[in-house]
Amino acid sequence: MQVSFKKKAPSNHGRARNLTELKPGEAGVLEKLDLPEDDARRLMELGFLPGHSITRGLSAPGGDPRVFRVDGSEVALRRETARRLILK
Amino acid sequence: MGDCHGCPANSLATLPPPPGFGAPPRRHIVAIVGPPNSGKSTLFNRLTGLRQKVANFPGVTVEHRMGRVKLERGRDVFVVDLPGVYSLTPRTEDERVTHDVLSGQMKDIPRPDAVLLILDSTNLSRHLVLAAPVLSLGLPTLVILNMADDLKSRGGELDVAELAMQLGSPVALVSAAKGVGLEKIFQFLSGATLGAAPQAPLIQLPVIQDIPKCRAWATSIGNKTGYQAPAPPLWTRRLDAFFLHPVAGPLVFLFVVLAVFQTIFKGAKPLMDAIDEAIKTSGHWIGHLLPNEALRSLVVDGVWKGVGSVVIFLPQILLLFLFIGILEDSGYLARAALIADRTMARFGLQGKSFIPLLSAYACAVPAIMATRTIESKRDRIATILIAPFMTCSARLPVYILIIGAFIPDRHVIGSFLGMQAAAMLGLYILGFAAAMLTARLLKSTVLKSRRSSFMLEMPPYRWPTVRSLALRLVDRSKVFLYRAGTVILGVAIVIWVLSNLPLNHGKPPAIEHSITAGIGHFVEPAIKPLGFNWKIGIGLITSLAARETMVSSLGTIYGIEGDEHSPGLQQALRQDLTLGGAIGLLVFFAFAMQCMSTSAVVRRETGGWFWPSVQFAYMTGLAYICAFLANRIVAFWS
Repeated sequence: MQVSFKKKAPSNHGRARNLTELKPGEAGVLEKLDLPEDDARRLMELGFLPGHSITRGLSAPGGDPRVFRVDGSEVALRRETARRLILK
Repeated sequence: MGDCHGCPANSLATLPPPPGFGAPPRRHIVAIVGPPNSGKSTLFNRLTGLRQKVANFPGVTVEHRMGRVKLERGRDVFVVDLPGVYSLTPRTEDERVTHDVLSGQMKDIPRPDAVLLILDSTNLSRHLVLAAPVLSLGLPTLVILNMADDLKSRGGELDVAELAMQLGSPVALVSAAKGVGLEKIFQFLSGATLGAAPQAPLIQLPVIQDIPKCRAWATSIGNKTGYQAPAPPLWTRRLDAFFLHPVAGPLVFLFVVLAVFQTIFKGAKPLMDAIDEAIKTSGHWIGHLLPNEALRSLVVDGVWKGVGSVVIFLPQILLLFLFIGILEDSGYLARAALIADRTMARFGLQGKSFIPLLSAYACAVPAIMATRTIESKRDRIATILIAPFMTCSARLPVYILIIGAFIPDRHVIGSFLGMQAAAMLGLYILGFAAAMLTARLLKSTVLKSRRSSFMLEMPPYRWPTVRSLALRLVDRSKVFLYRAGTVILGVAIVIWVLSNLPLNHGKPPAIEHSITAGIGHFVEPAIKPLGFNWKIGIGLITSLAARETMVSSLGTIYGIEGDEHSPGLQQALRQDLTLGGAIGLLVFFAFAMQCMSTSAVVRRETGGWFWPSVQFAYMTGLAYICAFLANRIVAFWS
């Protein structure tokens, strides 16, 4: 899978990118899950593991929640969860 | 199956003989374990067919299904379908149950003799993660790779023999939905009845607590067995582009919801009329067979019509479950939950609450059981508490009776909407609004939580199988008819007996002098402010068992055939009830918690009497206050 990086927008300066900043169809590699232990484990079981590539898929009308393709399956996450998944 | 050549089937034959000849035969139990969406239930249905029943594990709210698999030479083995889990770390209730059953810590269920571990072959690397903790249990395990047909059609590959070698367990590549490759499973189950001794795992397993390590282990196993992941499901992508389209998506969603409703109310009508006719005709027929007048009255008026007035809803309930079954099995329901999530979030709920609330339009009992997919405990309790506000099909006969009697059959908007239909729609909206406002209230006070994380796997779209849909409907019919045959039958008999006692010179009394009337007069002061008389009071008391009982009870009390379309009963009600009282009664039914089965299932699902008590007090209190206000307001205006 192609891993691409977006140029850092000025507002993002000095801050790590997260899943919500992926454009449709764009992929990124997960760095860490900035979530409570329970939620992080659940997400890791669904395939959101550090080092794995995640691609943004479609979303619900209004853009939230969004579907992400990860490790052979598609998982929908709300914006506030996706924001806590930090990309490399 | 050609795919299975070279699988170490011989490992089954090397199982040791049963210990102790002549020992009494004992139940052999095999557990089915697998992640969600791996086809566990499909396999379970394949193996057991109709020889299955749903039960609850003692002390917990998780349901399990136990079924009997018939094997050759009359030997049987019991399979238990455990909840879908990604790991055996006991964190959620589902995981705890699976863990406890597999480790033999579950009361009433002996440790399984063997395990069927079912994994999705199209997503093997991720699903293999579960193999590590399961294999480390040391139980004889058959690793079943399901969805072999999908794997093949999407160009995936795998060396089954090598995988069996790597895992130290037999492996079967099957398609549970198509019933392909199952003979291997039956062969394994036959071996399991011989009583295999637990074997220590021969392979090196990763530390099972460490998910990244387990995942890396799964990848390495996948690489060694030449696992070629299949291409992404093309049709799922295409369908999602439509079903999750910013404009078409919500429209399809609305269309689906409306189509479900339309079918339940219009489509079920002929079937319901047919059942109604059958009950009436058979009632007359039975009446002719019974010479004794009292016995005839009990059987025909008490039992037959009482139970019949409820059985008539079977077509509606089955249609709703057919729809939910199709939506769920096809994979659309996950998309519907995704689309509904934002709206539900506004009321403090989440997309996963949508499915139970939709089911609650048929009946709150299965709806409350469907809340199990909601991980957040607070969201789940909130959904359970508001589900009975949704207008269930048991309220319909009461609505039809009262609306038919009191609301004139005139048009509101041209010829488009009649006044009666508008009143009915209004009651549906009233219930929905009460549910949403209550959710908002709960989530901003006692059940307050940070917006819970919503994680929902989108399964690939699949054709629902007739077999699985039929099994669901049979299952639902059993539950429903059981209720009609127990609770509602009991209430019908009690009402009939109390209405025909005390005997006056060996004859049943006029209804005004019966025990029923005594009870009715006793509660009358409490319901008088709502505009209800003692007869309605009796109807309300009996409706605590099940709402629809109201109609049959009023029929018995007024001495008229209990049927919501009956002009006789409508006439009698018009003479006995003011318009204010009638509107009050409708409002009361929209809000009140008059269903013992719902309370029982809420107690079971929330693990105590606290929530069902709160729910009963809140709903009934709200119903009382609103019925009182409705009665006063209508009385003031008219």
